Amino acid sequence: MNSTASRWSLRVLGLGYVFLLLLLPLGLIFYKTFEAGIAPPLEAITSPDGLQALKLTLITVAIAVPLNTVFGVLCALLLVRHRWKGNFLIDAVINLPFAISPVVIGLSLFLLYGKNGWLEPGLAEAGVKILFSTPGIILACIFVSLPFVVRETVPVLQEIGTEQEQAAETLGANAWQTFWRITLPAIRWGVAYGVVLTTARVLGEFGAVSVVSGNISGETQTLPLFVSKQYENFNLPGAFGASVLLALLALATLLAMNFLKRKEDA
Amino acid sequence: MEAGTVQAPSAPRAPRVGIRLPGVSAGLGRGIVVLYLSLLVLLPLAALAAKSVSLGLGHFWAQVTTPAAINALELTLVASLIVVIVNGFFGTVLAWILVRDEFPGKSIVNAVIDLPFALPTIVASLILIELWGKHSPLGIDISLSRTAVVVALMFVTLPFVVRAVQPLLMEMDREMEEAAASLGAGGFTIFRRVIFPNLLPGLAAGVALAFARALGEFGSVLLFAGGLADTQVSSIYIKQLIEQGNESGAAAVSMVLLAASLLVLLLVGLIQRWGSRHERSGGAGLTVMPMSGIEPQPEREEDERE
Repeated sequence: MNSTASRWSLRVLGLGYVFLLLLLPLGLIFYKTFEAGIAPPLEAITSPDGLQALKLTLITVAIAVPLNTVFGVLCALLLVRHRWKGNFLIDAVINLPFAISPVVIGLSLFLLYGKNGWLEPGLAEAGVKILFSTPGIILACIFVSLPFVVRETVPVLQEIGTEQEQAAETLGANAWQTFWRITLPAIRWGVAYGVVLTTARVLGEFGAVSVVSGNISGETQTLPLFVSKQYENFNLPGAFGASVLLALLALATLLAMNFLKRKEDA
Repeated sequence: MEAGTVQAPSAPRAPRVGIRLPGVSAGLGRGIVVLYLSLLVLLPLAALAAKSVSLGLGHFWAQVTTPAAINALELTLVASLIVVIVNGFFGTVLAWILVRDEFPGKSIVNAVIDLPFALPTIVASLILIELWGKHSPLGIDISLSRTAVVVALMFVTLPFVVRAVQPLLMEMDREMEEAAASLGAGGFTIFRRVIFPNLLPGLAAGVALAFARALGEFGSVLLFAGGLADTQVSSIYIKQLIEQGNESGAAAVSMVLLAASLLVLLLVGLIQRWGSRHERSGGAGLTVMPMSGIEPQPEREEDERE
């Protein structure tokens, strides 16, 4: 394993694989998008449908991510600090979204809220529309991105222990003060890491959203759905432009992950 | 706690203090968590399960054994198997060069490994079809074929094995290898007899997670491999059934897919328990990717000790 030959063959194998599978396709899309200048992709994204897709995506992130963050921290605190017989069940349910195909997640929401669904009569009476509109998309995104904050927070909580919290309490801090001044600062990088992963997942979710949204241009289209619709309609600048935008967000995600990992380790 | 008992790997155990959920008692917090999970996750899944058998078990069976359904399930299974074997190999190679080798740009390669986690799957599909499709600048067109299914799945599952093997490789004791070398073992023998057995728990967990992910993958396959009769993976088949209005059929096939991935995840849990037992002497337990995030839950082992 130490000879130069085997070292180089491993390098070529590994790096070649990453290059052909990840980097080359990604580079090519940037090249193709800006081949004719920045105008065509920009135009496509700033078209009414493009802007609507961007707006809907941002709304989804703005609702799904905070909800899952608050839930995630609460849930992690319970799992780590409060022994309870049902904890293993909670733990198992939290892992479910990892195990389920996005299309199946979309279908289960579709069946619950759709025609003849269990909740349909009540919702119709109340005049609330879930399927083929924004709430359905948000529900799908919450479902698929639910585990990340919990999973990232649990190990950090386990690591910090409770000594500082106990000290704070001994000194007369109440629960809120202890949480804001001791617990949260200690786990913030772990939580932030989870938030980054959650955001990336919500931004990019396609399968589940494609089942519940109906993919109506200019109405229930998120950016990933916009990409697929534009591609199917042979509007390549639109598909490429939106793809590059999402790819840039993905690269920003990688940078954030890197930064936070370093903070966590420090 | 007497020495030698099975113990949580890290984490000094919390004493039985009330938890600091600001303004929320443990009971209330638990209620919120259970309600959130029930409404958002369990209720939809219950609706799915109910729908799948709503027309009877015979209908369920008929729906999952149509030629198209069997084709789709078979393709999903075979493609996923091929993919995890390929990525098991390349993932180990990548983990190796990222830990044991030094080359310029290493930290960039290390960061880029997570790209498939961060990149929306539909974008993955699009960039793959642009490079390996009809308009391929390399002149290689594999789009709309079963090969494309495999390549798309290779793309999305690449990080799993790398991230599962990497930490084990980092923590591995170099002395064992040196000892083996001083006893006259060659490079390959050292790898096979010393290094590989140590990596096995991580490799197995990474492969299983990648497999679970591949089983359900949808977006990345969609544009690149398409929904042709012979390139249709299960998730695409399900989507098609939904569009045709065959909800009970879609639900039935979904239940089969769901059962398969749950089985795999169960396996991951067992592997991790096994892995963390092996690792106990070595310090930190097996850590698998942020995305997979299924931790061995040490708390459960030792119950009620106050």
